[in-house]
Amino acid sequence: MPDFYGTTLSNGLMLGTAQYPSPAILADAFKRSAASVATVSLRRESGQDRAGQDFWQLIRDLGVHILPNTAGCHSVKEAVTTAHMAREVFDTKWIKLEVIGEEDTLQPDVFGLVEAARILSEDGFQVFPYTTEDLVVADRLLQAGCEVLMPWGAPIGSGLGLNNLFGLRAMRAHFPDVPLVIDAGLGLPSQAAAAMELGFDAVLLNTAVAKAGDPASMADAFAKAIKAGQLANAADPMAPRDMAAPSTPVIGKAFLT
Amino acid sequence: MSEIAIIGAGVAGLCVARALLDRGAQVQLIDRHADIGAHACSWWAGGMLAPFCEGESAEEPVVRLGCEAVDWWAAKTQAVHRRGSFVVSPARDKSDLARFARRTQGHREVTGPEIVALEPDLGDRFSKGLFFEDEAHLAPRAALAQLRTSLVADGTEFIQDDADPDVYAKRGLTIDCRGFQAKDQLKELRGVKGEMLILSCPDVALSRPIRMLHPRVPIYIVPRGDGIFMLGATMVEGHAGKHITARALLELLSAAYALNPVFGEAEVLEIGVDSRPAFSDNLPRIRRDGNLIRVNGLYRHGFLLAPAVARMVAELIFDDIKPEMMDEDTA
Repeated sequence: MPDFYGTTLSNGLMLGTAQYPSPAILADAFKRSAASVATVSLRRESGQDRAGQDFWQLIRDLGVHILPNTAGCHSVKEAVTTAHMAREVFDTKWIKLEVIGEEDTLQPDVFGLVEAARILSEDGFQVFPYTTEDLVVADRLLQAGCEVLMPWGAPIGSGLGLNNLFGLRAMRAHFPDVPLVIDAGLGLPSQAAAAMELGFDAVLLNTAVAKAGDPASMADAFAKAIKAGQLANAADPMAPRDMAAPSTPVIGKAFLT
Repeated sequence: MSEIAIIGAGVAGLCVARALLDRGAQVQLIDRHADIGAHACSWWAGGMLAPFCEGESAEEPVVRLGCEAVDWWAAKTQAVHRRGSFVVSPARDKSDLARFARRTQGHREVTGPEIVALEPDLGDRFSKGLFFEDEAHLAPRAALAQLRTSLVADGTEFIQDDADPDVYAKRGLTIDCRGFQAKDQLKELRGVKGEMLILSCPDVALSRPIRMLHPRVPIYIVPRGDGIFMLGATMVEGHAGKHITARALLELLSAAYALNPVFGEAEVLEIGVDSRPAFSDNLPRIRRDGNLIRVNGLYRHGFLLAPAVARMVAELIFDDIKPEMMDEDTA
């Protein structure tokens, strides 16, 4: 089971809380899937008044671990300010760190990410950085104090799945002891299963569930796929080969009939 | 039956008053403001009477009950335009249009020449769209004013008072239609921030509401006549600042510009910001506690659902029919 900064989770499904048709449907998706973590995005103007508090309370009422998110931040300063706000609103050291570098793909600004990760880690935060599969950046993030890495599968909200299998496999091999989470880009449960089969510890997704016609059923489907992928990985899957290897012995079988 | 006090003269209060009056009751409307204005959510409504489109993300009762709205508003006001509504998407997001079509009813697909015939000012920017022929739109402020005028003509008294519903309920039957103001007594009510603009752009002519689907910035634009348009609306959970954010302003205007570049020349007449009152399933509630009936949670569906909700309140009072939207009753 995934272990992030000393907290062991019951499963590898981390679910976002944006874009659902209603908070009631959001709550249903969490109930059906038993997702262990809720991510919630904060912007700086939030948390200042009574009306803003009500939605945060609904998220707290889900009764799962809360991972606040600096979604939509484009600079180190903005991300750090949002992280501080999040710590106050949700009373947690956890922060999903997003520093967006490019508007069309929403890919991370990895330079700003490393800097923000260092600042926040030194300030006592437990940082979950949204990064690419770049091994050098990953190493810098670990040096900056991160103990979890969250590479993208594909651009946020694209539903494209695992775009760079080679890179993700290399990352898993390179950092065997670091908890790794596929964050963003998943559209289907089969893609989540594939991530778990690669040996990732968890997946984080939002749009694929929230924008499905039946979010609760889709969340349930993801939970089952994650369980399947994790079981498969633990069961030591066979290696693929080019030649057929019949499962029924052919020796002794009559070949002239 | 003695006079019924209705507190809150927004769209919910006015519709409930009309429905009760039509059943022969005497009503008085009490509001903390002398007249409807920028303090009320309904002042900033889009005015789309589009139950089928709402079905894309809203639950079934919104579609079914919303179907009562067009005829109701057309019977009570002269503010309704029955010209359907239109949904388009930029070419790169055409899968969103297909999904919208799958999740809604009451539409037909229209392509190039027919789009131009229906809305010449959309030009050839959209190759495909969905036309919801039976939907309509209204001018919200005109509709509210006309409803108020008709109520006054029928003898309804309007009183300016920052009234406490509990105090009124001690005297007689009272209906709390205060929207988000009722948060003090309805703890689970939440505000969903909406930001919208009113534009003047006489060089663009549109006959009906247009929704443009977009993965990040879905917008709708509703013609108000005389070159005036309402452009909306953001849906922001957990943030209820009093003013529009720069981001929202940029995104709304960029989306209008994408719909028709002539909107780049539009003048921004008004900026509206308010909190829609909503319960966790975004459906309305009718609750009875002795002499006090609470009507709330109309969310983004004020004009769409207020007629059906008002009918249910009347049925509860006159026919003792328990409304489907009623989840608490301690009469």
